[in-house]
Amino acid sequence: MIRLKVNGAERTFDGDPQMPLLWYLRDELDLTGTKLGCGISQCGACTVHIDGEARRSCVLPMSAVAGKAITTIEGLSPSGTHPVQEAWKACAVPQCGYCQSGQIMQAVALLKEKPKPTDADIDEAMRGNICRCGTYQRIRQAIKQAAGVKK
Amino acid sequence: MSRVQLINRRDFLGGLLSASAFLVGSTLITDEALAAPAAGGGAWSPSVYLGIQPDGTVVVVAHRSEMGTGIRTGLPMILADELEADWKRVKIDQAIGDEKYGSQNTDGSCSIVDFYTAFREAGATARLMLERAAAAKWNASPSDCKAKNHQVVHTPTGRTLGYGELAALAAQQPVPRKEELKLKSPGEFRYVGKGVPITDLDDMCNGKAVFGIDAKMPGMVYASVERPPVYGGKLKSCDDSAARKVRGVKDVVILDGPKQLPILFQPLGGVAVIAENSWAAIQGRKKLKLEWDLGENATHDSEAFKKELIATARKPGKVVRKVGDVDAEFAKGGKVIEADYYTPMLAHAPMEPPAAVVEYKDGKVVALAATQNPQAVQETVANAVGIDKKDVICHVTLLGGGFGRKSKPDYIAEAAVLSKKLGKPVKIVWSREDDIQHDYYHTVAAMHMKAVTDAKGRPTALLQRSVFPTIASTFDPAARYGADFEMAHGWVDMPFDIPNIRAENGAAKNQFRVGWLRSVGNIYHAFAIQSFMDELAAAAGRDRIEYFLEVLGEPRKIDYAAEGTQNSNYGRSHQDHPVDTGRLRRVVEAVAQHSGWKQKKARKGRALGFAAHRSFLSYVAAVADVEVDRAGKIRIHRVDVAVDAGQVIHPDRVKAQFEGAATFAASIALFGEITIKDGRIQQSNLHNYPVARIDQAPIVTHVHLLPSDHSPGGVGEPGVPPIVAAITNAVFAATGKRVRHLPISKTKLV
Repeated sequence: MIRLKVNGAERTFDGDPQMPLLWYLRDELDLTGTKLGCGISQCGACTVHIDGEARRSCVLPMSAVAGKAITTIEGLSPSGTHPVQEAWKACAVPQCGYCQSGQIMQAVALLKEKPKPTDADIDEAMRGNICRCGTYQRIRQAIKQAAGVKK
Repeated sequence: MSRVQLINRRDFLGGLLSASAFLVGSTLITDEALAAPAAGGGAWSPSVYLGIQPDGTVVVVAHRSEMGTGIRTGLPMILADELEADWKRVKIDQAIGDEKYGSQNTDGSCSIVDFYTAFREAGATARLMLERAAAAKWNASPSDCKAKNHQVVHTPTGRTLGYGELAALAAQQPVPRKEELKLKSPGEFRYVGKGVPITDLDDMCNGKAVFGIDAKMPGMVYASVERPPVYGGKLKSCDDSAARKVRGVKDVVILDGPKQLPILFQPLGGVAVIAENSWAAIQGRKKLKLEWDLGENATHDSEAFKKELIATARKPGKVVRKVGDVDAEFAKGGKVIEADYYTPMLAHAPMEPPAAVVEYKDGKVVALAATQNPQAVQETVANAVGIDKKDVICHVTLLGGGFGRKSKPDYIAEAAVLSKKLGKPVKIVWSREDDIQHDYYHTVAAMHMKAVTDAKGRPTALLQRSVFPTIASTFDPAARYGADFEMAHGWVDMPFDIPNIRAENGAAKNQFRVGWLRSVGNIYHAFAIQSFMDELAAAAGRDRIEYFLEVLGEPRKIDYAAEGTQNSNYGRSHQDHPVDTGRLRRVVEAVAQHSGWKQKKARKGRALGFAAHRSFLSYVAAVADVEVDRAGKIRIHRVDVAVDAGQVIHPDRVKAQFEGAATFAASIALFGEITIKDGRIQQSNLHNYPVARIDQAPIVTHVHLLPSDHSPGGVGEPGVPPIVAAITNAVFAATGKRVRHLPISKTKLV
């Protein structure tokens, strides 16, 4: 039996301990904001926070999250108005929107670590998150806007 | 009954085979559908796209699929504008697949092109009926009753009636004739040309947006399918004993392959593992022991095929355009320049892999699907499970990208077949590996270019030959030559004013599933022509843009009919949408100015590159600022794009499409390549089929939308072709290394 906390709620899991967190979130908890993109930690669509750190849920087995606190896009802000989400909307970042949960979770983690990121910091932190629509320049703009640094 | 014919680019298929009738049969929409009085409980549906509820809520139907272009906002916004509706009181309702809406095949950059007028007329019709209803109620002159911001105002007295109050009464008004409608003048638009936030913006930022992969039905099971490793292969034997022992696996089901060719959108066949969750299905599938009859494509090899294509392109092919006499001009002598170009297969790789939930029950099917074409879902699923297409209800979710892949509903048919066999709703989610290895690939192409130039280095004759396995082969296995629409993707419509031109197309057999990908034939054709023009300018020692404009010639509308050239022109008339070199010139001049072309001098390792191309009825010129460092690493510092797409409905979303096109183009230029060996796709996921990341995409793309009073052209695709060539031309300017084979990663730059 694995115990963990998801978006503040205590949860238990007694299925296959090798099952990646992604499928637990999506199939069992119906938290579908966390996406499948590649399944091998190449694209970042599945990014969630584990104890505040950005991690790829598609390769993280349930056994590795026992006792951890997980935050998904649904838990980032009860009203969906986290400053990063607000910046995303103000910059009209999303096109298809699919990867944006992961992008936002990654960006929130970046700003926690580096509140005033440089372009190089943004490249470094965000290069693991693919957007096939190509919204990168607005992602960069939104991160800077949320951080209050010059665009 | 008068009809408005709405055409899309796949009209060509109508003449090719009957099985694709659904692609064209649905392009008719009746005037009655645009304005049909029908009342019920005080609500009113004045057209198939519009309903007005008693509380005043205006419901606009989005019948095209949202895959990132903003169309779920753009088209409804047009209708709301003509209706004088308050956008805050507009609700968007996504249409199910139904031919009454006209074509729902969301590709070919034609949603606005085809439906702009229809949506305006639908809104204007309802507006007029509301005004007349108010006039009747007030016993006033209709000319004194004006719709304004969700209510009708009696101008002499200032009295008002809301749309909700008027709905039932408006429904009783006779439907006005089209001649009676008064469409808004541009100055009267409240949303068109300005834009509103996209419909799903909040949900896309808080995780609540529902894509195909997120859809669910009560009691559904999860399927993961192992398909033949070679296109056309068949299952020989299946040992599923280990798979069935995996915890959570409920069943293993053999999926039949295509009933017959053409392949169309039929499932590829294989073995499906059915489980109580995604992970169990994936695990079970790994335990399958399968043997395949690989079939005749098992010898296919991209390296050998590349040589074959290039060799074919060097030989005479079928003539698709002839102006003057190229051979006579070559015979005169002069400086001859020749080059071969090559572009590889590509996979779409939308971030959301193909996904759907489907239930077959009592001879009827309900599908919740990420699809670009719900009417094709109806047709394909009906054929797959043996029912009438009217009994297939296809709800369209948001699409996590499409790029053409999700026009082909093979994955939805798989789920339908499985649901019928299992008697339960089935959720199908392709893995990324499935997606990369079983795509409808963008085709591989080789082009041979030859010119002879005059004393100033200008071409006096141009021979252009292309060869590629055609998309038509998906619909007709015997097809060997490019379809008309493919030849009109930047080949026969080549705009330069050269006295002697011959365009040809060679034969190629296809040995993989071919499909359309964002900008389609323009990818390879524009790459060849825009690269070759750059080569000619370089050989002449000329400024690229000056040379381009000089060879482009005086502004003119090219009369293809007069020269005997078949140019299908994206299914539009040449009268309404001529190839207008004046418009091309204008975007070239604009991009030169905005990019600082003249001021920025090339230096070793960093330079600008240029290309310009018309596609999907829009004109686009691009300048890329590219750096190649001493290790050969490429950074695209900036892209400028100047665009004449005719009238623009939603400027911010149009800009976003070109920003995205720059990234998509960077993926194609830098490293996009799918290869086949022994019939098998060699790439499997994003580590070996890379797409541009934030530090590989252009750092910034400046989109310059030129004001234009031409009718709308496409915007989703036209950015891609010129930006690819602008990048490779910049690489040449920076390094002296000419990239003739894509991707650039195959060329040693330092």
